[in-house]
Amino acid sequence: MQQVSTQDGVKSLSRLEKALDEKTIQRRIKRRDRVDAGWKGLVSVGGVSIIFAVLLIMFFLVYVVLPLFVPAKVELRSEFAIPGGSASPTLFYDLDEYKETAIRVDQSGAVTGFDLRTGAIISQTKLALSGEKITSQTQVVDDEKLMAFGLSGGGVLFVKFSYRVSYPNDQRQIDIEVSYPFGEDVIEMSAQAIDDIAVRLSDSEVVVATKSNNENEVRLRKFDKAESLFSDSITLEEASETTIRSSSDLMKLMLDISMRNLYLVKSSGEAHYYDIADFDDIKLRQTVSLTRMMDDEKISSIRFLLGGFSLMVGTDQGRVLQWFPVRGEDNLFRLHQIRSFNLDENQQIVDINIEHARKGFVTLDNQQQLNLFHSTAERHLASVDLGTNGLRSQVTPRADGILIEKDNGKVAFYDVENEHPDVSFSSLWGEVWYEGYSEPGYVWQSSAASSDYEPKFSMMPLTFGTIKAALYSMLFAVPIAVLAALYTAFFMDKKSRAYIKPTIELIEALPTVILGFLAGLWLAPYMEAHLSGFFALMFVVPIGILMVGFGFSKLPESLRVRMPVGSRGLWMIPVIAFLGWLALSLDNSLQNMFFGGDMRQWLTVSAGIDFDQRNALVIGFAMGFALIPTIFSVSEDAIYNVPTYLVNGSLALGASGWQTVVGVVLPTASPGIFSAIMLGFGRGVGETMIVLMASGNTPLMDANIFEGLRTLSANLAVEMGETELYSTHYRVLFLSGLLLFIFTFIFNTLAEIVRERMRKKYGSL
Amino acid sequence: MMRDLKEWFNKGEHWVWFSASAVSISVVLVVGLIMMITYKGMVHFWPHTVHTFELNTNGKVETIVGELHQQKMKEVMVDVGDGVKLKTEVPQYLMKVGNRDVYGVDFRWVDSVNVVNQQMQPATNVVVIERYEWGHVYGQFNALKQQGKTLKITDENIPLIYELLEKSNHIREQINQIEKVVIGGINYKIEGLRLEQKKLALEGELTNEIKVELASKKRQLNKDFEAQQDTLESLYARLKETGEITLDIAGNKTIQVPINNIVKLWQPNEMSLLDDIGFFFHSMGSFLIEDPREANTEGGVFPAIVGTITMVILMAMFVMPMGVIAAIYMSEYAKEGVVLRIVRISINNLAGVPSIVFGIFGLGFFVYIIGGSIDEMFYEYALPNPTFGTPALLWASLTMALLTLPVVIVSTQEGLSRVPMALREGGLALGATKSETIMKIVLPMSLPAIMTGLILAVARAAGEVAPLMLVGVVKLAPELPIDLNEPFIHLERKFMHLGFHIYDVGFQSPNVEASQPLVYATSLLLIIIIVSLNLGAISIRNRLSEKYKSLSN
Repeated sequence: MQQVSTQDGVKSLSRLEKALDEKTIQRRIKRRDRVDAGWKGLVSVGGVSIIFAVLLIMFFLVYVVLPLFVPAKVELRSEFAIPGGSASPTLFYDLDEYKETAIRVDQSGAVTGFDLRTGAIISQTKLALSGEKITSQTQVVDDEKLMAFGLSGGGVLFVKFSYRVSYPNDQRQIDIEVSYPFGEDVIEMSAQAIDDIAVRLSDSEVVVATKSNNENEVRLRKFDKAESLFSDSITLEEASETTIRSSSDLMKLMLDISMRNLYLVKSSGEAHYYDIADFDDIKLRQTVSLTRMMDDEKISSIRFLLGGFSLMVGTDQGRVLQWFPVRGEDNLFRLHQIRSFNLDENQQIVDINIEHARKGFVTLDNQQQLNLFHSTAERHLASVDLGTNGLRSQVTPRADGILIEKDNGKVAFYDVENEHPDVSFSSLWGEVWYEGYSEPGYVWQSSAASSDYEPKFSMMPLTFGTIKAALYSMLFAVPIAVLAALYTAFFMDKKSRAYIKPTIELIEALPTVILGFLAGLWLAPYMEAHLSGFFALMFVVPIGILMVGFGFSKLPESLRVRMPVGSRGLWMIPVIAFLGWLALSLDNSLQNMFFGGDMRQWLTVSAGIDFDQRNALVIGFAMGFALIPTIFSVSEDAIYNVPTYLVNGSLALGASGWQTVVGVVLPTASPGIFSAIMLGFGRGVGETMIVLMASGNTPLMDANIFEGLRTLSANLAVEMGETELYSTHYRVLFLSGLLLFIFTFIFNTLAEIVRERMRKKYGSL
Repeated sequence: MMRDLKEWFNKGEHWVWFSASAVSISVVLVVGLIMMITYKGMVHFWPHTVHTFELNTNGKVETIVGELHQQKMKEVMVDVGDGVKLKTEVPQYLMKVGNRDVYGVDFRWVDSVNVVNQQMQPATNVVVIERYEWGHVYGQFNALKQQGKTLKITDENIPLIYELLEKSNHIREQINQIEKVVIGGINYKIEGLRLEQKKLALEGELTNEIKVELASKKRQLNKDFEAQQDTLESLYARLKETGEITLDIAGNKTIQVPINNIVKLWQPNEMSLLDDIGFFFHSMGSFLIEDPREANTEGGVFPAIVGTITMVILMAMFVMPMGVIAAIYMSEYAKEGVVLRIVRISINNLAGVPSIVFGIFGLGFFVYIIGGSIDEMFYEYALPNPTFGTPALLWASLTMALLTLPVVIVSTQEGLSRVPMALREGGLALGATKSETIMKIVLPMSLPAIMTGLILAVARAAGEVAPLMLVGVVKLAPELPIDLNEPFIHLERKFMHLGFHIYDVGFQSPNVEASQPLVYATSLLLIIIIVSLNLGAISIRNRLSEKYKSLSN
């Protein structure tokens, strides 16, 4: 063994001293403290970031949803003198979609193209009028600038305006083009100047209605479109004509998009509704007062809303009324007032103009105001003081700007920020009367092919479906889960409990996509074929259980002792399986006995109940099954934690097992069970895959258990992928996500609070 | 008797029975469900017997050869004489008759009343062929046509066909290797060059030198590409040389099947039990390692398995640190109070928020906002084609990490709270700082609990579909998220997922009947994965509690 020399000892001692040296050790301690503090900071930030994550989700949802409810912003961009001068009154303006160039057409037929930013004139042309003046005009197609002009000589001329965009030197240049789709020749309608004109066209036909000065009749003509053999041009060939007698004080002819409904409107408010589908048999459908004759209210402006179906009637008492034909019970259409938009009584509506891609409209009145509305959502989006009265307006094709001609000889252009006018609280949650519907209703129908389509964003059918699905599944899940929890926690012996509990909780681990697939592709058709069997289940199983139970009590004591209460759950398994099989095999005879062989047939034919293969009953079973473990687990915990001395006391006083449960266990554990049910409901509300696959996804509002439904969550799964970023649809979908979030937030927080209370209570017991 | 019954009810005995039955009902439902899926999933791999029978529909007799897939009872009116009609139930069979290119349909419902002599027999000498296109063929060997020569197929030369089939499959493998790996790699590089050029041009650093260099690189790649193309061509020619076989099929028709279109062929009615078992495991294997075919209704689920695993691993990498740190905060640092209460409520809510809400959050926030900004900052040259601003693997795993965070936190916290206080105090008494105590003593001890949480999180993520539909899963991904091209893991790619595969094949496929067996098989696979993960977690947890029990004694 080597001896440690003194020198070595001194050396190591000095090393130790060095290590223990004040400075070094301080440094070291400092470093370790720094690490410790850093750790603490990191961990605290990490822990609190959970709150941040939840808040982030919530605020993000709100952030996406909020723009839906922001009012429109209207700002003056530029103002300049009327391009082309005001010598000849303006007929109309038209704007390109880039907010750069515009057209002004006046009564003399002068077409002035001008820069929308400065008012500088770009081009000037004259329409081929051969000296006549334009006395009336109408827009033929909503989203196309095809105009029909009534001329002072009694003729009608079709003119199309378009913008040609080119990029010379990488700069956008817009040229204005004027063309005559049916030739430059006018169509003679009358010998007199045409006061008013209405024109609609379809792929093959054109219908023209005109009214001339001092005449007591409206002339109608129908033309066939004929393609010329030699060139691309299309000519109109007259097919038929007729006249309708009318009074001379007509204010406006209105022909709707279907080319069969013609409204003759007087400024007094009286309107005659003619069906002109057959020129040989013109029918007067209805005579109605569009203003309802209130306080001598008179019509001051009228035009069609986008789509050419709804009449927007502006009155001299500050109201805009929407009317459209509705099919009555006798299958005939009649005009109905759908809704009204009210301004002040002294605000006479001077002009109504419409948006070209949505159901929005703009009014000008004699109180220097510009008002912006959306019809379906019944929203008054903005009100702007113009400083002077506006005479006429025109909305840009993208609805992001409005041009206004004012009575001081100027034209002003306003920028509009109005992204989502089509949603409001009332359109989301209230009944809305949509165009073409016979009554107001809750409808969810988010997309369609055409641009003049009215999107139908009612949250009601989806919320209804969500609650319907959750309730029906709770009906199945709660009794089974709570009773099973009671038994497992209170009666079952420890050894079986160790196996049974995880087995039931295993359901939670099963992917819901598999449950949904089974429910949709196996259970739904099976249930449809064995409907009465499933109803038999509800009777056969409970009655069978009662019979087995009572029979058991009649068994000799020696046998009963060998099968204690604690193991019943196990040996009932084959009994239940047998009862289930029995009920389902009864199906055939039941169907024959009561339902004429086919219960499904019987339901629809004899009972008049609609039946979908994928319905709420299927959802009830499948989703109820998925909810069992959530409810079971939490309520089992609550019951298991009931202090034993309470139970023992009750049993010692002579109460039976079940009497103890009812008298002692349930009252003590009821908050826990309550929170379990809430958690289950929360989960049922948010469950997606099962409902997506097994509910049929029809957004109906019907409590019928045999009909399908669509839930908020399934709707998100179906539509989220195909919606355009930041569109109204996108934001509305986020709104439904936010709803789900809030819903589950409330339920979970409540459940958690209840549970916490209970934890405290037991802590003190 | 009545009095007994009354007393029985009064004591509430019936409720005890009901509650006991509620347990049994739950158990019956779970076990029944799992057994059903297991059975239906397994059956998919077992070689079905091919039946044959004569069918007489209104005097027209035809022979049907096919597999019996389903049987249900259908009501028919049967004339019992004197004009009296009675309703009775007769079985109806769903036969898979295959030969889609000849018959037009794969499946036929057959009324057993119309079956001549009411009997089905196993068909003799029948061959079943699984094809790459057009589904199965059921028929009998007739002839082999090879390079213009026709050879009658007899029992003796059947091995020849198997030989040819093996050869053709071998060539196919080579072709696949070249098309997917080699050519795929070349294309990837060419695309990389194109983007690099765009990127340099955008930054204004694209000099002529670099241009030339890029062009020469591209030329080289194109040359490689052409060379590979030539190899492919010769392989395809060789593939064609394997010839085609003619089979007689029911209805006095024949069908030509090029050998290169055959996945495999077997003669189910001539197979022994041992052959059957071999076939069973073989088809199970190919289900796991093959790509899907025919719009996902046939073939395997390999890409879905790879996608699921990749997503889950990535997710675990995100969720682990987050969850563990949060749990440490809650049980080691935070003091009982308002903050901790809010944290607890937050976690509960995170656990309770519907998964689809995570999906739209992932889509709106991760994909469009974060992904969109990443694209603008780093991938501007590729715009308007999004790189990260589109649903992708990365966003899917992040979303799932958020979704499974509560699972990890709760489990870890449970583990932390079980570590005896004395151990912590011991560490602190020896002069260790709090962080050192946690890192060196507490965390290692609660490692099994953390593992449990992680496993449960993985199981949850593997089974969750709704949010994934929005943030990155597709029905058919052209490329795997991991491959041999740099950087090997492609975070910006879309991927396939087992759960979504079930939804897609079960509900979106054009031929629901044909795809059902496959859906059951996929479901079985998913259930096996998830149940074993859960059982693993439970067993770790149980062992853990045993350990601590001994520790605290």
